[in-house]
Amino acid sequence: MTDGPDLSPPRLSLHVPEPAVRPGGQPDFSNVKIPNAGSVPRPAVDVSPEDIRDLAFSIIRVLNRDGEAVGPWAGLLTDAELLEGLRNMLKLRAFDARMLMAQRQGKTSFYMQHLGEEAVSCAFRKALEKGDMNFPTYRQAGLLIADGYPMVEMMNQIFSNEADPLHGRQLPVMYSSREHGFFTISGNLSTQYVQAVGWAMASAIRNDSRIAAAWIGDGSTAESDFHSALVFASTYKAPVILNIVNNQWAISTFQGIARGGAGTFAARGLGFGIPSLRVDGNDYLAVHAVAKWAAERARRNLGPTLIEYVTYRVGAHSTSDDPSAYRPKTESEAWPLGDPVLRLKKHLILRGVWSEERHVQAEAEILDEVLEAQREAESHGTLHSGGKPSVRDIFEGVYADMPPHVRRQRQKAGY
Amino acid sequence: MARMTMIEAVRSAMDVSMERDETVVVFGEDVGYFGGVFRCTQGLQAKYGKTRCFDTPISESGIVGAAIGMAAYGLKPCVEIQFADYMYPAYDQITQEAARIRYRSAGDFTCPMVIRMPTGGGIFGGQTHSQSPEALFTHVCGLKVVVPSNPYDAKGLLISAIEDPDPVIFLEPKRLYNGPFDGHHERPVTPWSKHELGDVPDGHFTIPIGKAEIRRPGEAVTVIAYGTMVHVALAAVEETGIDAEVIDLRSLLPLDLDTIAQSVRKTGRCVVVHEATLTSGYGAEVAALIQEHCFYSLESPVLRVTGWDTPYPHAQEWDYFPGPARVGRALQDVMEG
Repeated sequence: MTDGPDLSPPRLSLHVPEPAVRPGGQPDFSNVKIPNAGSVPRPAVDVSPEDIRDLAFSIIRVLNRDGEAVGPWAGLLTDAELLEGLRNMLKLRAFDARMLMAQRQGKTSFYMQHLGEEAVSCAFRKALEKGDMNFPTYRQAGLLIADGYPMVEMMNQIFSNEADPLHGRQLPVMYSSREHGFFTISGNLSTQYVQAVGWAMASAIRNDSRIAAAWIGDGSTAESDFHSALVFASTYKAPVILNIVNNQWAISTFQGIARGGAGTFAARGLGFGIPSLRVDGNDYLAVHAVAKWAAERARRNLGPTLIEYVTYRVGAHSTSDDPSAYRPKTESEAWPLGDPVLRLKKHLILRGVWSEERHVQAEAEILDEVLEAQREAESHGTLHSGGKPSVRDIFEGVYADMPPHVRRQRQKAGY
Repeated sequence: MARMTMIEAVRSAMDVSMERDETVVVFGEDVGYFGGVFRCTQGLQAKYGKTRCFDTPISESGIVGAAIGMAAYGLKPCVEIQFADYMYPAYDQITQEAARIRYRSAGDFTCPMVIRMPTGGGIFGGQTHSQSPEALFTHVCGLKVVVPSNPYDAKGLLISAIEDPDPVIFLEPKRLYNGPFDGHHERPVTPWSKHELGDVPDGHFTIPIGKAEIRRPGEAVTVIAYGTMVHVALAAVEETGIDAEVIDLRSLLPLDLDTIAQSVRKTGRCVVVHEATLTSGYGAEVAALIQEHCFYSLESPVLRVTGWDTPYPHAQEWDYFPGPARVGRALQDVMEG
């Protein structure tokens, strides 16, 4: 053997990202850089995407630590609108709590809650107009709540009872309401993102004034449909708002697995020439302000906007998930952007239009409202007891007109 | 009436539909300015403008996904997938989305759209330009699947598909675009102008989806085919001199079981022919239905003549393609059986 230089190529190794902490460790969000509220400028809606590239790496925030609304994105909502926003978030939270309980009681098979993410869908809905269309995922029920969709209808769907508007065909929470601008939820991931772009293109083709909103989670941005959606939105300047809800966790997979080497999810939009912004998803005012900005761009035919909502999934992914298996139990308490309900409450108290007493009273009123809706829904049955959709409903609606082979099968089933 | 190739017939169907209904839009790869790689959309952009007929990025899931959104809005998209072999990236959008939107939303949203795709081999397209993936669609509830075998049907069926309230997969046998190819690749192709089914009305007419057509009445055996194989079957019948009844299915989903059952009960024998691979192919469904509905009339086992269970080869195309000789052998076998 000689001691000559080692000419063999260096050995490769595979990089697999890991979250900062696992169960048993101390929660650590030091990697989440949080600018001060009010510090991010509010550009004109016709700004060149080139000039606001930094907005894809910052976080637009309105509510500061003291509960004040500050900076250029503040001041869009009246007291009454903010109070309504708080009530909607409280309602969604109470609704979730009751439905989680109902799932544990065996009244339904499955549920997905919004805990910690209520501001995103509740505030966003208020930036849209009647006739606009959302293409949501399973964690945007605030779009329905904030638009006044009856809770009892949602529960009928969750319980798959005889009054279920979807006739028992869909997994719980996969709502559909054309009237309330809420496209039928699929249950698989990311397909709706490009459909939203198509809907927006159709509105533009017809010289309509309505716009669309696409929704996706951080994990599903890895799907090819996300990228198809961005290229179509970019190419045709579709009047669509492309929402990414980054709640840090895709079931057990931390957001770094889908994000890869990019700094942020919002940065995905930059390569497509789409104005891309990051916003504090737990700040009702910031979510609304940024959504309003994007909606105005879309309505003025300026094209798509990508928005990343930085938030945190406080609860489990679904009732089939146990987060303590993959993240520290106390992680949600360490989440630096706080709780959306408490932050808006604090702001409203500071404005002098709310108080601890009124808050407690409102919670009680809302709980009554939810319980009343639940009583009514349960009178139509729950998954395993009471009124059920007909077996006939299995066969109806596969096509507009039932073809002979489906009719034969229905008859065979005895209906 | 006008003499049309199948390309012209398909184009005419879209033209007539776009003229009658301004919610009909046409798009796909190379579909706009250029008019499609097979020229099926030639002239449509010039006539209807580029917001009703346009080019798209090379993204099949994008094309179909966007079309679903448009259909939900209220448009009637008629999109082109350049080759059926390219549809796989859109398969999720087709099977889990387009096919189920009516059902899962209980009619709150619907998905009236057409996905056109050239299908089948015979043009030396190799394994990614020759496939016949119809069985991947007929397995999906909520879709309709149509395969025309001539210009007249192509136009009438495509107009029906565009007017249908549900999603329709419209498979165009590309080897038939310019003439009724019967599998005799060594001979020059007769143009559609010399075929009676190349006579196509200029204006609006429809052919109902779900109705088969008997191309040749006969007593001895039933041959069930669609697309290119209709012409191959007719050639095989002529060459063997067997008095076969040749049924052109035209619609695979829904299927015209009545026409099939009536014929097989009469002949007692059946050969199912398709270009797609054998195993779990559409012929398996047809054969199963025949034994279920015509068992006591059968004189011999139902036979299938299909492409081999291999990828579609390039150089050996004519050893793969189930031509008239293979169909003829099956006809003789089924008569002896």
